[in-house]
Amino acid sequence: MRLHEYQAKEIFADAGLPVPDADLADTVGDAVVAAERIGYPVAIKAQVHVGGRGKAGGIELAESEEEAREAAESILGMDLKGYTVNRVLVEAAVDFVDELYVGITMDRGAGRPVAMVSTRGGVDIEEVAAESPEDITREGVDPAFGLHPYQARRAVYGAGVAREVAHDVAGVLTTLYDLWNARDATEAEINPLMITSDEAVVAADAVMNVDDDALFRQPDLEAMETDSYEDDLERKAGEYGFDYVRLDGDVGIIGNGAGLVMTTLDLVDYYGGEPANFLDIGGGAQADRVANALDMVFSDPNVEAVVFNIFGGITRGDEVARGINDALERFDEIPKEVVVRLAGTNAEEGMEILNTDLVEVEGTLEDAVRRAVENAEEVSA
Amino acid sequence: MSVFVDGSTRVIVQGITGGEGKFHTEGMIEYGTNVVAGAVPGRGGQEVAGVPVYDTVTEAAEAEAADASVVFVPPAFAADALFEGLDSPLDLVVAITEGIPTQDMARVNKRLSEVDTRLIGPNCPGIITPGEAKLGILPGNVFEAGNVGLVSRSGTLTYQVVSNLTDRGLGQTTAIGIGGDPIIGTDFVDALAAFEDDPGTEAVVMCGEIGGEDEEQAAEYIAEGMSTPVVGFIAGRTAPPGKRMGHAGAIVSGSGTGTAESKIEALGEAGVPVGDTPEEVADSVEDLL
Repeated sequence: MRLHEYQAKEIFADAGLPVPDADLADTVGDAVVAAERIGYPVAIKAQVHVGGRGKAGGIELAESEEEAREAAESILGMDLKGYTVNRVLVEAAVDFVDELYVGITMDRGAGRPVAMVSTRGGVDIEEVAAESPEDITREGVDPAFGLHPYQARRAVYGAGVAREVAHDVAGVLTTLYDLWNARDATEAEINPLMITSDEAVVAADAVMNVDDDALFRQPDLEAMETDSYEDDLERKAGEYGFDYVRLDGDVGIIGNGAGLVMTTLDLVDYYGGEPANFLDIGGGAQADRVANALDMVFSDPNVEAVVFNIFGGITRGDEVARGINDALERFDEIPKEVVVRLAGTNAEEGMEILNTDLVEVEGTLEDAVRRAVENAEEVSA
Repeated sequence: MSVFVDGSTRVIVQGITGGEGKFHTEGMIEYGTNVVAGAVPGRGGQEVAGVPVYDTVTEAAEAEAADASVVFVPPAFAADALFEGLDSPLDLVVAITEGIPTQDMARVNKRLSEVDTRLIGPNCPGIITPGEAKLGILPGNVFEAGNVGLVSRSGTLTYQVVSNLTDRGLGQTTAIGIGGDPIIGTDFVDALAAFEDDPGTEAVVMCGEIGGEDEEQAAEYIAEGMSTPVVGFIAGRTAPPGKRMGHAGAIVSGSGTGTAESKIEALGEAGVPVGDTPEEVADSVEDLL
């Protein structure tokens, strides 16, 4: 789960991290009221989940009421890389002399958290990591103890942070780790952490991603989640409890198990088609889940054909086939050709049970994918 | 021959009284696995699927001379169950549970470095030595005894590739599902090393996927001098960066690490043929044997 900047900043502020004075606004009028209250200059920032907001015109500075109005008018409602901007954060602009990066994430390779500091703040840190990794100082964290204060100091001094602010930056890093740990974050980042001319530190941006698997013990964060969905189909998938990723192609894909669904996508591509989505319905294939999955792919206007690939392990093929038949009968009309392939336990019985008036059946994964790709091509032709 | 488990492995089921635990315990026993006990706090003295239940794993392990456990405990309590398994006289803990918070697994991982017990998983289908024992939820009828070792990050993809092998009479020594999470116990290198030491394994199939660098490390291990031939498969070639493809661990980062291309290239450089389709994987194994 990815928090919006304004959500992350609220959490950061509650933990005692320094963030600029700010208000959230969803109308031009509210944005101007906020700017007047905060005092100029203000930064007006689009609250959408896209990288490079500034370059794309999603962040503007305003020095006056007139400029604030113009900025809010141009940003609210704008299309930013496919997402409509519904909210802006109006924030006191920080007069800075330097920009740092501080962040906490999970180091997968080492299987433990890592705290990072760099004096190259304000730029894409992943680029810095790729081009000059020596510019980022890292401290591996023992999760049993947390980030020791000495480690935070070592990272800050090691990165070459100015002595005058080193103590405060180290404090920000330890607080950020505690927050990361307490809120089950996968990433917590401040980029840039601004240094002002009077040697104060301010979190000018805030990134916090939370482990979906830990939301059960972060109820207040889970409650925030609904306004983090930007795509109607992704919202629907969340309601149905599916793992779903929308892509650009026209072959809809439904399957069970992440690895096998990914493989089905890859095969669609391999046979010259373009996958429209990743949809993992998980274990079992009861009629309800199958019907929901079909509803999902049928509601994607890009989808021209569907491949349904189930490897029945513990779930038997004949049960899966009945689920598919029941699900299909709930639709007045099957809007797109569906190719089904069943494998595993009782797969042959399952294939005999499938209602071939409603679906096409193929015996192997490769054949099923080829057929679906051909079906999509025929529709587009 | 086999790795990690065989017909003599004495198995405890942690979480045997839950729906999943009970169902799959019956499946394991039906397959011929030597399930000797269950462990569920507060349920000591009961019997499930014909085996005695104990309150603690230590008690179960000592009373029944067990050497492995399979964990079906729900995610919120799973890390505690894993700590308990690692703190008991067992050689192997297999964690089936999906959805354990990553920070919990970081703490388990820390403990793992301090003990000799092997962990397989979490979020995995388990491990099977065909005809002898299965610890987990794998559909036994897909597998057949033979001389191909298999290690995979995915469940159903494993079954798919195994059925491509079995259909051609290419049976398996042991198949290991190592799990799709960012932090796991046994990784590809551990599994490859075990197959390398197993005289019965004449070829190994490794099924990787996007995310992390485990496959690249495996390629390095193979290149350093693994003598048993390996065939690869990598899922997620079409996955866009920044989108999690089901498994918590299956994500290509924004900066492009963890891509299928990087893994396929690394394996190719190590001399590992990587199939474009599961069928091609079986072709390559057939050629090697």
